[in-house]
Amino acid sequence: MQKIKQQWFSNIRSDILAGMVVALALIPEAIAFSIIAGVDPMVGLYASFIIAVVIAFAGGRPGMISAATGAMALLMAPLVREHGLDYLLAATLLTGIIQILFGVFKVAKVMKFIPNAVMIGFVNALAILIFTAQLEHFIGISTLTYVFVAVTLVLLYTLPRFIKVVPAPLIAIVVLTAAAIFGGFELNTVGDLGTITQSLPSFFLPDVPFNLETLQIIFPYSLSLAIVGLLESLLTSQIVDDMTGTESNKNREARGQGIANFITGFFGGMAGCAMIGQSVINVKSGGRGRLSTLIAGIFLMFLIIVLGDLVIQIPMPVLVGIMIMVSIGTFDWSSFKYLLKAPRTDAVVMVATVAIVVYTHDLSKGVLAGVLLSAIFFVIKISTVKVNQEGNRFKVHGQLFFASTDSFVNYFKKADIQQKSIKIDLSHTRIWDDSSVGALLKVKELLQEKDIEVEIIEMDATSKEIMDKLDGLSSSH
Amino acid sequence: MYKHILLASDGSENAVRAAKESVKLASHYKDSIIEVVYVINIDKSKSDVLHSHSNEEIDIERRKKNSKVIQFLNEANVHYKTTILRGKPGPEIVKYANEQEVDIVVIGSRGLNALQEMVLGSVSHKVMKRVHCPAMIVK
Repeated sequence: MQKIKQQWFSNIRSDILAGMVVALALIPEAIAFSIIAGVDPMVGLYASFIIAVVIAFAGGRPGMISAATGAMALLMAPLVREHGLDYLLAATLLTGIIQILFGVFKVAKVMKFIPNAVMIGFVNALAILIFTAQLEHFIGISTLTYVFVAVTLVLLYTLPRFIKVVPAPLIAIVVLTAAAIFGGFELNTVGDLGTITQSLPSFFLPDVPFNLETLQIIFPYSLSLAIVGLLESLLTSQIVDDMTGTESNKNREARGQGIANFITGFFGGMAGCAMIGQSVINVKSGGRGRLSTLIAGIFLMFLIIVLGDLVIQIPMPVLVGIMIMVSIGTFDWSSFKYLLKAPRTDAVVMVATVAIVVYTHDLSKGVLAGVLLSAIFFVIKISTVKVNQEGNRFKVHGQLFFASTDSFVNYFKKADIQQKSIKIDLSHTRIWDDSSVGALLKVKELLQEKDIEVEIIEMDATSKEIMDKLDGLSSSH
Repeated sequence: MYKHILLASDGSENAVRAAKESVKLASHYKDSIIEVVYVINIDKSKSDVLHSHSNEEIDIERRKKNSKVIQFLNEANVHYKTTILRGKPGPEIVKYANEQEVDIVVIGSRGLNALQEMVLGSVSHKVMKRVHCPAMIVK
């Protein structure tokens, strides 16, 4: 009870204000992401409304904003192209179910094993895809389009210096839409790409045959959506945790994302997840509690019902400008320094993740490949031991276990040892299993054949235990 | 007497110079306490989270950043405590200093040139303008 009060009503005034700011910033994004997915703007707007409202109650990270997102929109675009909206809604339901299962089985813990090189690649690839999705809306259309994109960008980056209360994208939209209408400029508008319905979403079942064939079509999409949605949501929750200096319940968040997507699917909304950019806006505007997320959703719906007529007149170049800003904000600009300073294998994993996503247009494939690649690098790294010779002392570096014993034994096979008695120093390594004990015995015997005395020194307690258990097996003492 | 001295630190060399002056101020009065305020810039949260393996790593990296100042104060043998805040460095320091009614704020100047000053604005200057107590900017 105390906790509910704290998460909902400890910050009422700031939560309401921040929620309204977020709603204003959400509208252009929800519309633009709908366009990326290839559906009517209403699909993204309904999704943003419902996901935000549901996650306010069901989520595990108070103050985080979830809605229709670019990462998810990019994944679902091929499904919409080939099979239409109803299959997207069915896939959204299934995404919800998969995520609820992930939450129940505590998959959030597994996320810890995703290396940060992959996560950096993820956000960078997302930024690049959001940017390239804009190209068709402004390249080679008209000079005026370029001018509007440029003016939008100038406004977006200069206004926040002077006006802090109202989000810059909103001001840019209002000013430039008015300019376009009253100036009589010929520009593509949101209305050219879809319609806005000024009504609340209603409950309906997606019009798809409920059979195995449908499942076969939607399952791969749903799985990708579920993984990518959770990945971005858990990353965002970590960022919000860090910004606020508080902790959150990651498994509840996974379940909440599932519940939100499941419900959205029944109300004509597309699958969504947490949004880094919007959550940052919320926290910086003072939003901390669940109330801020709820207000963001409700106020967004209110604005659409009241202002829907105006929304369809927003010129596309303005939306494009806002999306370019979103992609610049999404990109991790410290990546360039990272590429120079990080271990080579990490840099390779990061670049590979980006390359695969950009090539396949599928964030989940990039993440999967990135994780596999870093697992391979990890195994290669950990399965090599180094031996440094200092006089008659041979110091072993690395870990001794089944995968590394080969490189350990090989060293002594090849080594040209002049001394009659040597010491193998294990102070910088550890024996992990039977294979490593076997390898030590093998090396001992190998060297004894060459009349070299071997003494094993500086073994730690755990290694000794394993060694003692198996010591009786050595063929000579 | 300056009893409660707020030392605003970003962990840089300028902050170490500010720490030296704080110690001088504190040495006049045996009950003086220096409160080192380090603001975690939440604009960097995204990149900090992305570039670390765990929360503990983020925490230790931030401690490392402030370590020069802490080390200096340890060696100077003065009475001090550390406070970590989150937000935008300038406004957070001002808010905290005014709430706590500290006796003086000591802050290092970044030493920007005229152009940088115009574009970036000087945190120390803003802090000085807005705190309700004396402020010392250390060059």
